[in-house]
Amino acid sequence: MEVFSLIGNGFLIALTPLNIGLLLLGCFVGTLLGALPGLGPVNGVAVLIPLTFAFGFDPTSSLILLCAVYFGCMYGGRISSILLNIPGDEPAIMTTLDGYPMAVQGQAANALAISGVASFVGATIAVIGLSLFAPVLARAAIHFGPADYFALYILAFATIGGIAGVDPRKTLLSAAIGLMMATVGIDPISGVPRYTMDSFHLYDGIQPIIALVGLFAISEILLLLEKTAKDRPKAIKVDRWLPQWSAIWPTRWAMLRGSGIGFVAGVLPGAGASLGSFMAYVFEKQKSNKNGTFGKGDPRGVAAPEAGNNSAAGGALIPMLSLGVPGSGTTAVLLAMLISLNVQPGPLLFERQPDLVWGLVASLYLANIALLVLNLPMIGIFTRLMMTPTWALMPVVAAITFVGVYGISNSIFDLKLMVFFGVLGYILRKLDISLVPLVLGLLLGGDMERNLRRAMSISGGDWGILIASPISITLYALTIGFLALSVWLAVRDHKQTKAERLTEG
Amino acid sequence: MTLRTLTSVKLGAVLAAALTVTAAPATAAECIAPSNPGGGWDFTCRTIGRVLSELGLVQGNVQVTNMAGGVGAVAFAMVANDRPGDEDLIVATSTVGVTQMAQGRYPAPLETMRYLAMLGADVGVIAVDNDSPIQTLAELTAAMVADPSALVTGGSSGAGGWDHIRLLMVAQDAGIEDLGAIRWVQFDGGTDAVTQMMGGQISVVSTDLGEIAGFVESGDIRVLAALSDDPIPAFPDIPTAISLGVDVTGYNWRGLYTGGQVSDEAYAAWVERLETLYNSTNWQEAATSAGLVPIWRGGAEFEAFVREQAAVMEEISRDIGIIQ
Repeated sequence: MEVFSLIGNGFLIALTPLNIGLLLLGCFVGTLLGALPGLGPVNGVAVLIPLTFAFGFDPTSSLILLCAVYFGCMYGGRISSILLNIPGDEPAIMTTLDGYPMAVQGQAANALAISGVASFVGATIAVIGLSLFAPVLARAAIHFGPADYFALYILAFATIGGIAGVDPRKTLLSAAIGLMMATVGIDPISGVPRYTMDSFHLYDGIQPIIALVGLFAISEILLLLEKTAKDRPKAIKVDRWLPQWSAIWPTRWAMLRGSGIGFVAGVLPGAGASLGSFMAYVFEKQKSNKNGTFGKGDPRGVAAPEAGNNSAAGGALIPMLSLGVPGSGTTAVLLAMLISLNVQPGPLLFERQPDLVWGLVASLYLANIALLVLNLPMIGIFTRLMMTPTWALMPVVAAITFVGVYGISNSIFDLKLMVFFGVLGYILRKLDISLVPLVLGLLLGGDMERNLRRAMSISGGDWGILIASPISITLYALTIGFLALSVWLAVRDHKQTKAERLTEG
Repeated sequence: MTLRTLTSVKLGAVLAAALTVTAAPATAAECIAPSNPGGGWDFTCRTIGRVLSELGLVQGNVQVTNMAGGVGAVAFAMVANDRPGDEDLIVATSTVGVTQMAQGRYPAPLETMRYLAMLGADVGVIAVDNDSPIQTLAELTAAMVADPSALVTGGSSGAGGWDHIRLLMVAQDAGIEDLGAIRWVQFDGGTDAVTQMMGGQISVVSTDLGEIAGFVESGDIRVLAALSDDPIPAFPDIPTAISLGVDVTGYNWRGLYTGGQVSDEAYAAWVERLETLYNSTNWQEAATSAGLVPIWRGGAEFEAFVREQAAVMEEISRDIGIIQ
């Protein structure tokens, strides 16, 4: 099969000393960032992007480093979920539900082992899926016209609206702010400056990288200023580090089911890992909660969401690489970085830069093995580092972001813009408004608008073009299906909690 | 207000650090690339800077400064206001910059600066899909004359951008009056436009050859005409528009300007240095390997060329209603 020779070549690229070094560094930093409460994959990757610019890595090496960080965060997020009952990052929220109870019952080692193996299974299945499906999708993508891309963006926004546990009105507000910001700058189609306030600095629009670093890294620093140094969480002690095979084996089906569901959630543009772990948990609970053990420390409740979020993280790379449409918040950041490095993801990436694509894929196989080692036998390191006081960590973050962003463009204006976004991100987070829809809005808004207008230029103003191709009709059908599913889930959850309250009362 | 003071303290520290960097005395030449690293203007500055110091035409290394913003407007404004007489400063520009000036999108008119030379160019081409029934440029213009809105055309610039204007120059030469009726679709780059043409979304692409040369080599697309004076060395089989009786050239040239108050002697010295650079094998190799056709226009000849090109662009932009 062609895929094998391509992956073979990829391994040659992945195994160069620089790339293998960056890979291991990325895995380590990623796991650590994931484990530290607060810093998640989006912040982590956003902080590290300026560094890759500063070192002048080529796009392949930059992508390998950042994807290793991304995958590492997915592994690491579970550690604080289980030991502190604080999710290390957003996708690890579901892992607290059964992971912390397990830890309280003295099962911490098993919870960590099960979730570590589940992460490995999920991520590996996703990378296999990426190897097989991404080239197929890339070949099909040549038939995607502007109207089809528009439909794809609609689907992306529908799926972020479906992330549970978040007030849909706030999601909508956040996405709307992002979309509005995407209109700033010279309109590439007509050449007219929009919302630039007569500043030439805004003619090129708001650089997503600057906004991202501000929104995620600077706001994190601002949030920290409120906390006192005494706010140190108490971690549950873990008695031994070696996993027990007998504890892991019974959760195998939960892992596989979670991986499958997570992968689909990841491939859908926009949704990402949080959705993957949420859907995997809900499905597993629906299927296996015969004795009401879920939420009280059921190992399957740890295995499913961890497999789900890792699988979704890998799946999200598929639309990012083959269509140029990110499958999650973090892949949106990666996409912005690739564009800054003059790499245009999309159908031609696989033909034009096979080294980049397959070098990355091969690295991800290696990353999973490295992460399994870091997260099972060597997990003790991270549980200790996790307790690093944030006052020691944040100045480092601040220094990296300012130096890095200045390094990209040598522009004082960009630094001011970044601080503006930091304050904005801080305010929104205080209001409990998720930043991911905003980022997607900012990043996808421009393309969404342009594709709509391209479709209109092609059809000469006939709106019928939007539903004229089988691709766009399929995408709209998926969108409607997805919205229906999330409404159904919301209603059902509502009824269930009501019923529980009645039985308890 | 602790929050605000803290961030402004930090910002201040960075500002101070940045100022000390930029305030370092400029001993050697400086080239401003009005874009972020990686773009065409950045390539111009970095390559020219490298070759200038390789040939010993400047003292030490040429410092390349990236100053992105407003498609070159930020750098243009800075040079006009702060460094109009700086004889060590050169700034990268191209057809894209002149299009912006012609449409009045820079803070000062074209004449504010002195234009030194062009050193290379990407050649514009008109291409159709390999399966297209259109075989020649004459068949294309005939189809457009019959019904200007029949074919959907596209390229990497917006309406009124250089890809669009070059196509309209061909259409104008064929005698089409209603240029605004030609349907034009903007894509983010020539590659995107070609991909969409291969997928059947549009019929004609007008863009730089350099960006889409891979598709010409693979035989996915058919180039009807190159908008150059002479056939392109790498693709001698592609006819030039001139050889087909259509008197249109459409270079996307890469060149340099300097401040408007630079003395005649310094201006002449720069032109001479750049001509030496142009004739060196170092530059010829660097330009060719980047997909550019080395092409020289310098000094007064280049000044006249820039003005004439801006005038043509202004006229067409007015015709299609991009400017009033």
